[in-house]
Order: sequence, then structure tokens, then C-alpha cells
Amino acid sequence: MQIYLPIAEVSVNVFLLLGLGGVIGFLSGVFGVGGGFIMTPLLIFIGIPPPVAVATQANNVIASSVSGSLSQWKRGNIDFKMGLILLAGGFAGSTIGVALFSLLQRLGQIDLVINLSYVVLLGSVGSMMLLEGARSLLLKRRKTKTGRLHSRTWLHGLPLKTRFRRSRLYLSALLPFGIGFGVGVLSAIMGVGGAFVLVPLMIYVLGMPTAIVVGTSLFQIIFVSINVTFLQAIQNQTVDIVLALLLTLGSVIGAQYGTRAGAKLPAEALRLLLGVLILGMAVRLSLELVVPPEDLYSLGIPS
Amino acid sequence: MRRPLRALLLCGLMAVAVALPARSVGLIADLSSHLVAITSGFAGVDVLLFGAIDGPGDVVVVVRGPERVQPVHRKSNVAGIWMNTAQVTFESAPVFYFIASSRPLDEIADPSVLRANQFGVDHLQLGLPRARARGRAAEEWRQALIRNKQRQNLYVREPATVTVLGQRLFRTSVHLPSNVPPGLYRAETYLLRDGQIVSAQTTPLSISKLGLEADLFTFAHEAPAAYGTIAVLAALMAGWLAHLLFRRS
Repeated sequence: MQIYLPIAEVSVNVFLLLGLGGVIGFLSGVFGVGGGFIMTPLLIFIGIPPPVAVATQANNVIASSVSGSLSQWKRGNIDFKMGLILLAGGFAGSTIGVALFSLLQRLGQIDLVINLSYVVLLGSVGSMMLLEGARSLLLKRRKTKTGRLHSRTWLHGLPLKTRFRRSRLYLSALLPFGIGFGVGVLSAIMGVGGAFVLVPLMIYVLGMPTAIVVGTSLFQIIFVSINVTFLQAIQNQTVDIVLALLLTLGSVIGAQYGTRAGAKLPAEALRLLLGVLILGMAVRLSLELVVPPEDLYSLGIPS
Repeated sequence: MRRPLRALLLCGLMAVAVALPARSVGLIADLSSHLVAITSGFAGVDVLLFGAIDGPGDVVVVVRGPERVQPVHRKSNVAGIWMNTAQVTFESAPVFYFIASSRPLDEIADPSVLRANQFGVDHLQLGLPRARARGRAAEEWRQALIRNKQRQNLYVREPATVTVLGQRLFRTSVHLPSNVPPGLYRAETYLLRDGQIVSAQTTPLSISKLGLEADLFTFAHEAPAAYGTIAVLAALMAGWLAHLLFRRS
């Protein structure tokens, strides 16, 4: 059954969109990531124009992270204090990121910058998680605590020390603010929620417990994606409500099952799986950059 | 005696020449539908162009979409990475181009006639700025634009066939794919005899979004802040509803 999308101006199979939403929602529930880094390339692959794919994906992430974080909240897995500080940084970062996006667009290299930042970020984050996941699985067998993984560095000497009771941490508020800011810039440029960067940073740099990380990042992503959706709707008119609703319908259902499945899986296995997923995406995208294109020429956006 | 006769002859010729295009001798054509509505179920549509001619001749049908400024990028390998390094902008490329003829185009008329009337993708005037690319390079950019448009099914790959019945009636089917851009299109029908156009007719074809699709598009462009707010609220509601539903089960 085909449906015509009013903003994307293409017609796509309804069940394809529902299925896509369901799979991404499931992954988002399991790992606490928005799934934008998988969804956006897939939407472009099925023929949605890239600007519409990016903007609509942000809208879809709102819904799946709301339903995901409500379930996490019930289990007390959200550190609100940490989430709000991350969010403050995220808002500042995404506002500056949008300005940077326009600048790169004027320079005519936005596609390349998006692709390159995906490859670099996904590649480094993915391999880091894979290595750490494998190592902590081994350490667990030797009955060593995984908390040892974050060492004390100069980062812990920063001012504005704050106690985060839920995360059982005592560190500078500048740290989560800075992380939120950086991820905000990235999410505006790459059109994703940014959890695939945020989650590992919260685990490895802040040293938060994995269970709390998932809920807190979902909570923060709700508001970052609201900001992105709103800015995209106002500046580019590229949010397709029909596409978003179909993806949402699939993904909210998928996210519920994903959250349940995630609660049953051990934390180390979660990290390992997410690492594999992120690395796989990085490899796919880097092939796009390196393999000679079928046609050297491509069409720009007509005016 | 001679001079008035010559003047009379000249007058007669001029009258014929002036009257010809207006009279549209020997050709009448129409579309099965002048309005193609893009609604939620739109998955492309075939429009029938049909008509009659007053005797033997060749029929050529051209359907063109509105013209747009179309940039084309070219990639090259920089330090192992393929990136866009060159760009040429075509000033007036039609968003859609379709052609059909009763016989192969090169049998119907000389290349000069084909070129003058933009018959066939090879003869399309796309408004390539001469200062930017010349000769072979210009041709490469042209071919690239046409090739990419053909891949999107927006330019016809091979001219379609106009079926002529009993040297009087003709028809052809114009396929509009699901990604056809909305706008005011033109269906041009030509009657050719001995390699020359003897008659032509233009029929407008409007392709537009209708119903909910059109309303949403207009809303998104005219009240973006309200549209964005609704998009956000709808997503929040959907997430909350899903949570409620699943908590109960």
C-alpha cells in the first residue's frame, strides 16, 4: 500500500515505513539511543530527500524517547539533575550547531562534512565500546569491579563540584555541561539525537552506571530533538508530519519491547552489541566515501 | 499588369503565413485529464493524449514540466575520498520531459528541425552558461543532468510511441511517476509533413497536490512555527499514549 508524503513529495510503502520504525524503536529501547544514526541513512536509501529525512527523524525520536524514558522513570533509572545539566549544554550547543550547519551549506560541503563526521565518530565510539565491552566481560569473569574503568584525571579537578546522588558521583557540573554542549553541536550538524556519542561519554568519561545512563540519555534526548524539530520546521519546512507519524507508530511499539529486552540483557553484552552496531554503520558509511561512485555527477536541489 | 499580379500573390502568401499558426490546420488533440491530483494514494498515473489529424503525416507529442534552476555536482577523488569538487548550474532545465512520436524521430525530420523544436532529450535547451563550460565539457555536464533525470524517471529514456489509426486518429500514453514534481505542465502536439511542422497545439496540464496533502504542505510553509509545535505535540502525545497502552498490558 503506497502513501504519498506531502513534504517529502514521494510515495512510499506504508508497511515499509511501519517496519522501519519498529526495528529502530526496538534498538532505541534496548540501548537508550535515539536510533537516528541508523534511521537517517535508511530513509535516504529508500528515497526520502536528505533534508526531509534528517528533520523528520528528529520528530520521530521525540516519541520513542518519551515512551522509553517514561518506562525508565518508573524504574527510577533517570538522574534528573545530571539530565538537566546535560540538557542546558545541549540547548546551547545545538543553537550554535544550527548556525554552523548554515555556514557549511553555503560553502557547499555539508554532505561531505556530515558523512565524514559520521564515519569518524561512529568509528571511534564503536571500536572503543567494542574493546571496553570485551575487556569488562573478561574482567567480570575474574570477579573484578567494572567501576575501576574510569580513572581519576584532571577532569575531576574542575570547579563547581556537584553531588549526583542517583548516579553515585561527585564531580564538576562543567563536565556534563561540556559533554551536552558538544553533543548538541553534533546533533544539529548530523541531524540525530546524539545518544550514540552521549551514552559512551556518560559511561566512560562521567563513569555513570549503565542502567542510569540509558534512562538519563533518553530523558535528555526528548528535549534536544524537540529543539531540532522546531528549528527545522521553522527554517527549512522539512518536517514531514505524515512520515513522522508512520515512523512513530512503528517505533513507539518497538521501543516498548526494546526497553523490556534491554532490562533482561547484561550491561556488558549491551555495550558489546551497541559497539558492533555503531561500528557496522561506520564501515557502511566509509565505503560510501571511498568506493568510486557509480556516477560522478549528481543533481543538486533545484530552485 | 505584371506588378499588380506579383503584389497580389505576395499578399496571398502573407495571409496564409499569418493565418497558419492561428488556424492550427489539420490537428486537434486533448488529454484524458487536465488536472492530475496528488492525493495520499498517489503512486504515479498514466495520462492519455489523443486527437485527430486531417490526413497522412507524423505526430510528435512533447510533455514538459516547469523550468527550474538546476545545479549539478561532480565528484573527484581527493586524498582517497570522493567529494564534490565542481558544480555547474543549468538556468532552465524542465523538471519533467516526455516525448513520443509516430516514427523514429530521425526519420521524421532533419536534425536541424529536431534541434529547433527541442525534439528529444539530446536537443533540450537547458540554459547551460557558456562561460562555465564549453565544447566537450559542456556536453558531459549536459549528459550528466539528463542521465540523472532519467534515473529518477523524470526524463524519458527512449521516445515513446504515438499510435496512429487509419491516418486520422492518434493516441499516446504519458506516464507520470510518483515523484513527479507539482506544477503547470505543457503537452505539445505537432503534426509534421515532409520533415516540416505544419500544425501544432499546446494543452495545459496541471499537476497539483489536493486535499489533506495540499493543506499540510501549505500549512508547513505558511505557518512554520505552528506546524512545528503541532509536530512536536503529536510526537509527545504518541509517545505518552504508547506508554499508557503498554503499561496496562
